[in-house]
Amino acid sequence: MTAAADKPRLSREHMLDLLKQMIRIRRFEDKCAELYTQEKIRGFMHLYDGEEAVAVGVIPVLDKRDRVVATYREHGQALVRGVPMTTIMAEMYGKQEGCARGRGGSMHLFDAATNFYGGNAIVGGGLPLAVGLGLADHMRGNDIVTACFFGDGAVAEGEFHESMNLAALWELPVLFVCENNLYAMGTALALSESETDIHRKAECYRIISEAVDGMDVVAVEAAARRAVHAVRESRKPYFLECRTYRLRAHSMFDPQLYRDKAEVEARRHSEPIVRFQQWLETNHMIHPEDLPRILAEIDAEIAQSVAFAEAGTWEPVDQLTRFVYADAAVPAGR
Amino acid sequence: MKQEPIKTEAIEITYREAVREALRDAIKRDERVFLMGEDVGRYGGCYAVSHGLLAQFGPERIRDTPLSESGFTGAGIGAAMAGMRPIVEVMTVNFSLLALDQILNTAATLRHMSGNQFGVPLVIRMATGAGRQLAAQHSHSLEGWYAHVPGIKVLAPATLEDARGMLWTALEDPDPVLIFENVMLYNMTGKLATDAGPVDIDKAAVRRPGRDISLIAYGGSLWKTLEAATTLAGEGIEAEVIDLRSLRPLDDATIMASVAKTRHAIIVDESWRTGSLAAEVGMRIVEQAFWSLDAPLGRVCSEEVPIPYPRHLENAAIPQATKIVAATKAALDRA
Repeated sequence: MTAAADKPRLSREHMLDLLKQMIRIRRFEDKCAELYTQEKIRGFMHLYDGEEAVAVGVIPVLDKRDRVVATYREHGQALVRGVPMTTIMAEMYGKQEGCARGRGGSMHLFDAATNFYGGNAIVGGGLPLAVGLGLADHMRGNDIVTACFFGDGAVAEGEFHESMNLAALWELPVLFVCENNLYAMGTALALSESETDIHRKAECYRIISEAVDGMDVVAVEAAARRAVHAVRESRKPYFLECRTYRLRAHSMFDPQLYRDKAEVEARRHSEPIVRFQQWLETNHMIHPEDLPRILAEIDAEIAQSVAFAEAGTWEPVDQLTRFVYADAAVPAGR
Repeated sequence: MKQEPIKTEAIEITYREAVREALRDAIKRDERVFLMGEDVGRYGGCYAVSHGLLAQFGPERIRDTPLSESGFTGAGIGAAMAGMRPIVEVMTVNFSLLALDQILNTAATLRHMSGNQFGVPLVIRMATGAGRQLAAQHSHSLEGWYAHVPGIKVLAPATLEDARGMLWTALEDPDPVLIFENVMLYNMTGKLATDAGPVDIDKAAVRRPGRDISLIAYGGSLWKTLEAATTLAGEGIEAEVIDLRSLRPLDDATIMASVAKTRHAIIVDESWRTGSLAAEVGMRIVEQAFWSLDAPLGRVCSEEVPIPYPRHLENAAIPQATKIVAATKAALDRA
């Protein structure tokens, strides 16, 4: 990898793509919320509204061969990673054409083709897994980076601390991305952590760490380039704390008793899409015809994904117990 | 020219050494295999199973870990998903509870939940059982709990052949396999063929044939059950002793064939009676072989207490040959 690779690309085309990716997540999830009220989508569903700059800033910096471990709030990561929107929407519906055969739903998107190791709905549970992926790459000398996303709630878990220590101790190529949205479900960071400056926790484990404005997609991307480059070159872990904010409820069942409406409204002014769009306008990087074109493209893709999910089929009940274990006829899995 | 038949030599070996040979063989055979756990390297293993392996294979493949059961078990899962074949050693089953999240929520669920896109070809070994006066946080038998969970396989090698042979087969399995080694077996000695190799991991075995009653056991309890069978034979009762070997899946066919013949059954299980594996085996017999039975089923399990420290209380808490003899006579109405 050349030194130029960790510099931000400021071409108009790239800037518009960042904008499009963020709007694509937002509008996809707006559609999901609508479908939820229609009971097309059920279960727990956690939206990424306000946090889009993190996935959009980090994931495109990764190579195709790299690996991604995500949480139950992972629609954005999956979309940006390249899991087809059609199969994500089918998964939201629980249809067997979904990216996890319909068995996982919103919280458990998986896609082997893009090395997307899933939505893990146990807070902190994905971190040891990411350490293990990194351990395998370390032992085999693979030039692969594992990016592991988790929220601020995870840092209170023992698995977080065990994973930090193991990754640092064994020098594993893992990029830890903390999406600090200030609330672990409904518990504010200050009510759950003695040290609220999260990236300093990683420093205690001698992991290079930095905090970045997670509502600024350009800043996130620049930090991610530094971070991914550092992991690839050093083969050691790196910790990126993205300070962000969740503008919607934790899940579809959350009346948000734990925070003021005024706080949310204030945060809405700094939300990543509007902010970036205004920045592009100020710098004359977006033309009047760009936004309508982008929206039309996204809406067409969303309509297609809904049609795909609607046309999808239910996995036959006689398949219920299949793949608890590998099929006997199929040779050993990956 | 007439050739001499190849002689299979047998050597005197302990159960511990048999497990060590299995580890050594697996690490030699497959470059993806490595052992990871607390004190497996420089210390030589909590129960000295991996003694000497660090010098032979180095610290990458005999990997000492911090006291982070969830962390290194999860690391084993991730490494397995990325193409390695890790063997994770957990010191005792009690400590494995700290890794329960990774074992149940990740290893056991991933294949099904991901629609068969990811599997976890991981082996987790751990010590289980009482008898060394290690009290209530090092002595329990929780393998039956694990056998409750779909998505994993659970093995209990009781013999030298199984201690030597189950590991490789488990490593070849595309799904997570847990191997429970009873602490009282590590010093057991016997003859093992020098060419002993992989064995199946899905069949129960009849360790002693008999016509009067089926005694169904596994792990450390197998030897107490065989001892009981010898005593019973002296009193004219011919017990058939079945070694379950695999606790998940259970080999129903071997169990039912035996019960169909003997028409009586006692299940011996070192876990607590309530909600035990013994309960599961008994219920399967009721479901599948009720009309073969001539008498109610019986169980010999641990008393419902945390395992205590003093020897006399520890002995009283867990199955013993005398209890198995008594339960057998009661079932046959020969008390």
